[in-house]
Amino acid sequence: MKSLRELAARLARQREWSLVALILLLSFGVWLKAPQFLSAANLSQVAILAAIIAVAAIGEALVVITRNVDLSVDSTIGLVAYAVAELLRQHTLGVTGAIAFGICLGLVLGMINGGIITLFRVPSIVATLGTLSIYRGFAYLIAGGGQISLSDLPAEYIALARASVLGIPLYVVVAAVLTLMVSIYLRQTRFGRQVYAIGSNPEGAAVLGIRSRLVVFAVFAASGCLAGLAGVLWGAKYGTITAGAADGVVLLVIASAVVGGVNIFGGSGSVVGAVLGALFLGLVANGLTLSRLSQFWLQAIYGLVILVAVAADAAIVRRLLRASAERRRAITATEAPQP
Amino acid sequence: MVRAASVLELHAVSKRFGATQALDGVSLALQEGEIHALVGENGAGKSTVVKILAGVHAPDSGEVRVGGTAVDIEGPAHARALGIAVIHQEPRLFPDLSVAENVFLEHQPRRRFGGIDWPAIQRSASLLFGDLDVSMPLDAPVRGLSMADQQLVEIARALSIEARVLVMDEPTASLSVHEVERLFAIVRRLRDRGVAVLFVSHRLAEVFELCDRASVLRDGRHVITAPIDTLTTTDLIRHMIGRDVRLFPKAPANLGDVVLDVRGLSRHDEFSDISFSIRAGEIVGLAGLVGAGRTEVARVLFGVSPPDAGEVRLAGEVVHFDSPSAALDAGIAYVPEDRHQDGLVLGFSISSNITLPILKRLFPRLVVRGSKERVLANQYATRLDVRMTDVEQLVGALSGGNQQKVVIARWLATRPRVLILDEPTRGIDIGAKVEVHRIVSELATTGLAILLISSDLPEVLAMSDRILVMHEGRLTAELSGDAATQERVMFAATGQHGLATG
Amino acid sequence: MTTPVEVDQSPRTAEASMTRPSRASAVSRLLRWESLLVLVLVVLIVGGARVSPVFATAQNFSNLTVATMEVGIMAMPMTLIIIAGEIDLSVESMLGLASAVLGFLWAAGVSLWIAIPVVLLMGAAGGLLNGLLVTRAGLPSLVVTLGTLALFRGLASVVLGPRAISNFPGEFTAFGFGNVPGTPVPWPLVVFVVLALALGTVLHLTWPGREVFAIGKNASAARYSGVRVARLKTCLFVLSGAVAAGAGIILTSRLSSARADAGQGLTLAVVTAVLLGGVDIFGGSGTLPGVVLAVFTLAILQNALRLADVSTQLQSIAVGLLLIVSVVVPHVVIRIRGGSR
Repeated sequence: MKSLRELAARLARQREWSLVALILLLSFGVWLKAPQFLSAANLSQVAILAAIIAVAAIGEALVVITRNVDLSVDSTIGLVAYAVAELLRQHTLGVTGAIAFGICLGLVLGMINGGIITLFRVPSIVATLGTLSIYRGFAYLIAGGGQISLSDLPAEYIALARASVLGIPLYVVVAAVLTLMVSIYLRQTRFGRQVYAIGSNPEGAAVLGIRSRLVVFAVFAASGCLAGLAGVLWGAKYGTITAGAADGVVLLVIASAVVGGVNIFGGSGSVVGAVLGALFLGLVANGLTLSRLSQFWLQAIYGLVILVAVAADAAIVRRLLRASAERRRAITATEAPQP
Repeated sequence: MVRAASVLELHAVSKRFGATQALDGVSLALQEGEIHALVGENGAGKSTVVKILAGVHAPDSGEVRVGGTAVDIEGPAHARALGIAVIHQEPRLFPDLSVAENVFLEHQPRRRFGGIDWPAIQRSASLLFGDLDVSMPLDAPVRGLSMADQQLVEIARALSIEARVLVMDEPTASLSVHEVERLFAIVRRLRDRGVAVLFVSHRLAEVFELCDRASVLRDGRHVITAPIDTLTTTDLIRHMIGRDVRLFPKAPANLGDVVLDVRGLSRHDEFSDISFSIRAGEIVGLAGLVGAGRTEVARVLFGVSPPDAGEVRLAGEVVHFDSPSAALDAGIAYVPEDRHQDGLVLGFSISSNITLPILKRLFPRLVVRGSKERVLANQYATRLDVRMTDVEQLVGALSGGNQQKVVIARWLATRPRVLILDEPTRGIDIGAKVEVHRIVSELATTGLAILLISSDLPEVLAMSDRILVMHEGRLTAELSGDAATQERVMFAATGQHGLATG
Repeated sequence: MTTPVEVDQSPRTAEASMTRPSRASAVSRLLRWESLLVLVLVVLIVGGARVSPVFATAQNFSNLTVATMEVGIMAMPMTLIIIAGEIDLSVESMLGLASAVLGFLWAAGVSLWIAIPVVLLMGAAGGLLNGLLVTRAGLPSLVVTLGTLALFRGLASVVLGPRAISNFPGEFTAFGFGNVPGTPVPWPLVVFVVLALALGTVLHLTWPGREVFAIGKNASAARYSGVRVARLKTCLFVLSGAVAAGAGIILTSRLSSARADAGQGLTLAVVTAVLLGGVDIFGGSGTLPGVVLAVFTLAILQNALRLADVSTQLQSIAVGLLLIVSVVVPHVVIRIRGGSR
């Protein structure tokens, strides 16, 4: 029993710790190739970019844990980024108001997803594939082919990307605080545990009386809300925003979750893991830039990373099952045959 | 039987499913602090009782009384709220969540400010398992645990909601001897604490070892309830069977050469050292209890899973099948146990289902000609007397008996040399059952070698030329002629020896 | 008195069998869907003609089909894959990779007669990778093809970078851009029609097609019936990869330019076309003619919108809405008919 306990505990924490180890290893490797890696400017750049993805990855992790998928995050990010920037350019809202608007818009978009999925029983892959193009279409609609440049935006907004709290970039603090809050919520509330239960055994959850549709609606709403926040952060960071902002980012967000140990079949994985996954992938991108390796490897590497992570997860589960079957065989073999 | 101490009662409960009367006026009473066995053959009504108590079905008539008050169990959650906990044969836990969490899911203790009190969960889980005298890795995900351990988690969960009634449905089917002992010790301790345990099982040895009283169901009716020390195994079996063997029309067949020869076949954790042979025109019955490993043997013969050791010969030649497709090309046909999951494509027509395995043979030039297909399908469907509007009808619309005939028709169309039937008459009504038996008997006369896997004793006894009995993965008996009696088969199937040879 | 065998019939299955259609009316049910599509098509054509006088001209017909044939071509194998219960998200990236490799080889002086078959083989190899990961490693096709979506696109940019290769010979570009001599029929349409006929025949008239439906409806029963499930699924993925590569070649020819980012966003259009065509996302039912109709419906819709000066990006809203509606409507219809499943 003891060895099983050790194995289990090790596996449970393996992902997060091995990610930390990987991150440190990778950082070391990059630093060897390009010493400017450790400069404050570079580190904060990496952290800020990773933080934006991490915020969206938190929401995606929630969705995937319930055995669903949200393909529309990048359209949400793009739409919110543009809408917020447009409002700021027109001076319709102040910075605080615009931020609040952006988050609420994300929430609404997420609720639309949740509604389509729970009310009309549309599979999440289809629903979010549809809203992916609807939301992006709206972005193009309000942009009308134009773009918003840095100079159009109020200085206080742009400053957010450069702000820091006690020396740590604001974005990192925001991501960290959100990670903490969501983690605690998932761990400490009955609702949070239901999120895991639904993904782990949907039929069992129904038998237990868990209101699955409500939970699924809520996680999609949360994913949209977080994507909205990511959109706000995106706009402040990049300054120049077109309607096509953040196109393709969904891949990065899902990759972060998968690398971070969130099982695509649902039921397991942590928000912390997803955030670490975002950091890892951000480091990979940074490493490529600094060591002057071709940027074009990036997509290919992201793809490989997803495949390796999923295959590894499947292999781990298989090994776990085989180990427990072997234990049983060992026990049976030591028993005397039945009289 | 003091009425006042009855924790749970069924009073004249009846339940019908379609054409079958699963329960007919059954009355049972469970007392506090007793282990009560519920025994009966397959189809006697045991699992219907369990499902009613679990809140899955509602009785058509009669009452369920908890603590003397009549209740309408509205669903599984309601059953739990009433203090009835059911341990199923296959545990229904959440594989990714930890053991401790599974025990307390949906009723976690809370801290003052609303958060879940994890330390309390750890403590309580630890106490619960300590009470059961089991050491369990509280933080491990349930996925890695053995069936036996998962069962214990379910029991701990039942205790955590302070269940007054614990219903255990065939709990020992997947357990080793050691694990069974451990389970029994726990159940006895629960009984001593006043929990009423309903122990549903086939395994008569265990019933005698563990239980205080036993109730027997037969054909949906209650036969007897008595303290266990007033009964013997023979008594129980007689109550369970209670009738003459019905003779089905089985024509005598000329036995030909050995077609299928199995030697020393083994597969880890499933069965070991299985050897037998079947001749052309012979029907060999394979009897045993649920979990004895019979279907697993059939799956190996059909190429679904590979064996670890042993040899299979078809008409003298050694064969290895890596897929069902290879097996059927060689002439082996398998009518699966679960016709809905593995047997039929419900969304297809009768015709498409019948021709599915032989499409390549029928249409070597790829294009399917509906007329040829229909003619062939009609041929087989009418030969087996399938009641349908025409062969284009969807199989989902047919009755269970007719669906089974379609499955048999399909396998006949592959012109096999060996036909393996796995519980062929499960879930079909009497009329269709007789027809299936007639068909099987007729098939034997055409020279087919038939392996009949069945838990229906009269069926096995009447249809087989020889009967093999399996118990926990091993062959415990081979019976034929006068030695093939119900008692002998039952003894061999429940692992008792001494009377098994003949 | 014999044992009444216990019928394990939960109320749910009993109810379900009562609401299930009794005849092989899968065909008739989907014909109803196709009739709907034809209706929509007619409405669109009429509407399109009203919107712009240019609409009903041969030139416009040629234009609109030319622009959507890559989607249509890739939708053909996708139909079979989805009916078999899987999905292939990587098609747009294989298209891009094919374009990139074609451009790369051409720029390196390799003859097109060699380069084109090489690219097609590469597409098949990519499909094989998908197929093996799904059938041998047992990984879910959604995630596998999400990974190869990124992997293939990444390889495309490694091969070609930001370059665009445009100096293709006239005969090559005439294929993608031009019509069959003397007709308003563009060559890509011919490819589409041939592919549609071939796969439609396979799916609906041959026994491998029957097996595809069987796998989608009940893979376990199919396996027990001797269907070689793993082999068939792998073949479907190989086909999808090869066809996506072919679509890449056609796109390169049509635009007279090979780029690593060719085809971005097309997976969505392809899946939309398939689902709009009445194919169930969970597998087991659908028709190829339905998807063909859907491809044309989408093409005409987008063309009409463009002629009405609706921006291309606004069209994507329409497409997304159409996708969701096409899945919601059948559900709502079932609910209205009174059988809740």
